[in-house]
Amino acid sequence: MPFQSTVGDYQTVATLETFGFLPPMTQDEIYDQIAYIIAQGWSPVIEHVHPSGSMQTYWSYWKLPFFGEKDLNVVVSELEACHRAYPDHHVRMVGYDAYTQSQGTAFVVFEGR
Amino acid sequence: MSKKYDAGVKEYRDTYWTPDYVPLDTDLLACFKCTGQEGVPREEVAAAVAAESSTGTWSTVWSELLTDLEFYKGRCYRIEDVPGDKESFYAFIAYPLDLFEEGSITNVLTSLVGNVFGFKALRHLRLEDIRFPMAFIKTCGGPPNGIVVERDRLNKYGRPLLGCTIKPKLGLSGKNYGRVVYECLRGGLDLTKDDENINSQPFQRWRERFEFVAEAVKLAQQETGEVKGHYLNCTATTPEEMYERAEFAKELDMPIIMHDYITGGFTANTGLANWCRKNGMLLHIHRAMHAVIDRHPKHGIHFRVLAKCLRLSGGDQLHTGTVVGKLEGDRQTTLGYIDNLRESFVPEDRTRGNFFDQDWGSMPGVFAVASGGIHVWHMPALLAIFGDDSCLQFGGGTHGHPWGSAAGAAANRVALEACVKARNAGREIEKESRDILMEAAKHSPELAIALETWKEIKFEFDTVDKLDVQQ
Repeated sequence: MPFQSTVGDYQTVATLETFGFLPPMTQDEIYDQIAYIIAQGWSPVIEHVHPSGSMQTYWSYWKLPFFGEKDLNVVVSELEACHRAYPDHHVRMVGYDAYTQSQGTAFVVFEGR
Repeated sequence: MSKKYDAGVKEYRDTYWTPDYVPLDTDLLACFKCTGQEGVPREEVAAAVAAESSTGTWSTVWSELLTDLEFYKGRCYRIEDVPGDKESFYAFIAYPLDLFEEGSITNVLTSLVGNVFGFKALRHLRLEDIRFPMAFIKTCGGPPNGIVVERDRLNKYGRPLLGCTIKPKLGLSGKNYGRVVYECLRGGLDLTKDDENINSQPFQRWRERFEFVAEAVKLAQQETGEVKGHYLNCTATTPEEMYERAEFAKELDMPIIMHDYITGGFTANTGLANWCRKNGMLLHIHRAMHAVIDRHPKHGIHFRVLAKCLRLSGGDQLHTGTVVGKLEGDRQTTLGYIDNLRESFVPEDRTRGNFFDQDWGSMPGVFAVASGGIHVWHMPALLAIFGDDSCLQFGGGTHGHPWGSAAGAAANRVALEACVKARNAGREIEKESRDILMEAAKHSPELAIALETWKEIKFEFDTVDKLDVQQ
């Protein structure tokens, strides 16, 4: 009798930290996460980098951090503008927390290639 | 004013029970739960605790008159009933700052939980809480890096860290051990951990472990594109050997080491924390032996005290129990002491077991580590209880996966991220836990299998040590 294994083969995947193990988010899901950043009182920050530099500490800012920006639509249109300007770059959304001087959250919205 | 020497035995309460005393901001305050021998008045028991943990001894001695004991003595300034318990009471004691060496947790504990715990007039004694004054806190080094710096070094934001202990905990060779580390990290964990029992045994000497683990960490980092680490246990026979291991971890360019702070001792821990601060190394802290000291509701030291002591002595991560897993700990109490690990100010709140306001000033925070008998089904509750500034560690819940550790790691990572995403989107993750996990499993066969494997496992025993509140 041929042996049939029930064990699957887990293949290593290259990922980009938080939410790297979830399927790409829909537009609504991305909106939810940005709304969360704004609701926490964090400043939205958009950063981008060529995939070859994804492990660098510093990615390039898109413009400047959007300090105090509360309008979801503004953030979304800036994200899209960044992606249009750098279509082959990773683009990530950061919620910057000035109180802790840390990132409340950060996740990649557009993956470059 | 000078006094005359009056030899003999005085009642403790004549000197050490001072109900009119108003504690100073610089006093170190302690709350003890006391259970005296039958027939001994409360004030006498409480005053005895104050005396024996500070300047007093059983007899008056002439040499007391060479100094001003009024300046140095500990004072019991308040006695309170323990709700629902007639035989015990709380004694609040104020100690002058000058009783303690600057920055020495060892010295504080030697005084507060020294001889007094064997005192015959007491049946039981438990140190419930300490309010450390800012003047003392400022003399302590504290966490070598703290939560913010650790996040920046590891590049992990917006979610708890995810880890696991390497199993089996004893008996693997260095090379096999490194293999298990590699499997976990390539599967999506951020960090792996030496089991606390792993030091440098005949089956696996520390240098071998360090080298193979370093290779595993670097390889996983390269392949996944994420920052990885492994807590290299530097707990050793002597401080000299501990530092030798720490130096080698640094030479290998590893980001984090580990110490067992109760078995290793506070002096060793404070020393290693100082070394870590100087050398840019993160420090993970295990707490073996804590349950010997903290589990009995009437005797010993509550873990909230041990947790506060660790924050002062130094560590970037500390084990705190899981609330939901196989080990003791109720939810409110746990929340009370994880606040004391992470926040800059924690108000008095008896419903969380905190007896004092505690101001931590600028001292960095410590990650709360939840580890022990937890698996994917616990993920929503763990995230709700511990929040983002925590490290969730699934040992059996990683290696026990039918496809192996890498798949187990991936299952946990998917579950964690699904819960974080759902929480951020405003969903009630504890109530909707089943839906959230099942949805996530649709695109992750690893998670689907993990959910099936552990669907029946629960650890529903009542906690032995409960908060003292009227039921």
